[in-house]
Amino acid sequence: MTLTYYLVLAAILFTIGAVGVLVRRNAIVVFMCIELMLNSVNLTLVTFARATGTIDGQIMAFFVMVVAAAEVVVGLAIIMSIYRTRRSASVDDANLLKY
Amino acid sequence: MNEVVIGTGETVAFWVLGPVALAGALGMVFSRNAVHSALWLVTSMLSLGVFYVIQEAPFLGAVQIIVYTGAIMILFLFVLMMVGRDSSDSVVETLRGQRIAAAVLGLGFAGLVGAGIARATEDLVGVGLADAEPEGNIPAIAESLFTDYLLAFEVTSALLITAALGAMVLAHIEREPGTRRTQKELSRARFLTGRPQTLPGPGVYARANSVAAPALLPDGRTSPDSQATGIEPQPADQLPRPTGREQLGSPDGALGTLDPAPVDGPAGDPR
Repeated sequence: MTLTYYLVLAAILFTIGAVGVLVRRNAIVVFMCIELMLNSVNLTLVTFARATGTIDGQIMAFFVMVVAAAEVVVGLAIIMSIYRTRRSASVDDANLLKY
Repeated sequence: MNEVVIGTGETVAFWVLGPVALAGALGMVFSRNAVHSALWLVTSMLSLGVFYVIQEAPFLGAVQIIVYTGAIMILFLFVLMMVGRDSSDSVVETLRGQRIAAAVLGLGFAGLVGAGIARATEDLVGVGLADAEPEGNIPAIAESLFTDYLLAFEVTSALLITAALGAMVLAHIEREPGTRRTQKELSRARFLTGRPQTLPGPGVYARANSVAAPALLPDGRTSPDSQATGIEPQPADQLPRPTGREQLGSPDGALGTLDPAPVDGPAGDPR
């Protein structure tokens, strides 16, 4: 077993997340798929940090986590405000930026 | 330069947790219930956190478990409980053939990227982090974070406070003062109607005490006020009221009276 296995696993997880974004209709599940994609990228960064022997990859993964936390907060707030006006969390129903 | 030696323990952990992470991801995409999706994603994220710890990033592993599975997923579950739990995903495809196209795209993407990564890194020899962090993982991260990445770290604080403010602004409901009726006004309005008292509760029988069982009026009819809204009223079948004669044995038979059958009620009893 080599470090390649981790990278291939991360690529597969990223693909599953991307397919989920394309397939699912519930906005919250779409958000979860985005989280999965971010996580798989983090796995890649951590693996490359270990491969190259520098700590920078871990720092980048740390920043990715911070940005993901901020993104989730704002995104869920947007989903909630859309749900208040549309009574639906489906991405098909949100077709206007106003109201 | 020392090489990374991947031991048996790491191999076993990878082959146990890798399929678990994959199963979590697939379960998240394919489960119809959004809450189940969230729980599958938690499984996947916990596996990834263990991977971080294995790959010489114990700080990131702890942060993964605390921040992702502890904070972000709980936030997801909160919003799901408020918003999207009832709205199950529609099975109807909005664009025809979209699922097939997405599956083909996913397989192609995974094949290309996976094969490319495997070819490019097949003779990758890991250096390992032993030289880069002589005092351990967390001091090394702290040193790098507060020297090389100090500007990014400071900008991060601005990002976080912007996100917090944005969430508050987006999720806030502005109500005009005075548009909400006070308790006094509500009470006045109730006493001006024909029924100032509370509605009768649902019926409680020996056989049913659900809210679907309506209450009985003294003449035996069901009270329409006691029926719960949104529930089909289900009248519980009443037991015949026991007279006590069957249970205790008929004293009339022992006394040899001419009354052939016990009759309920005061009207049928001549004595």
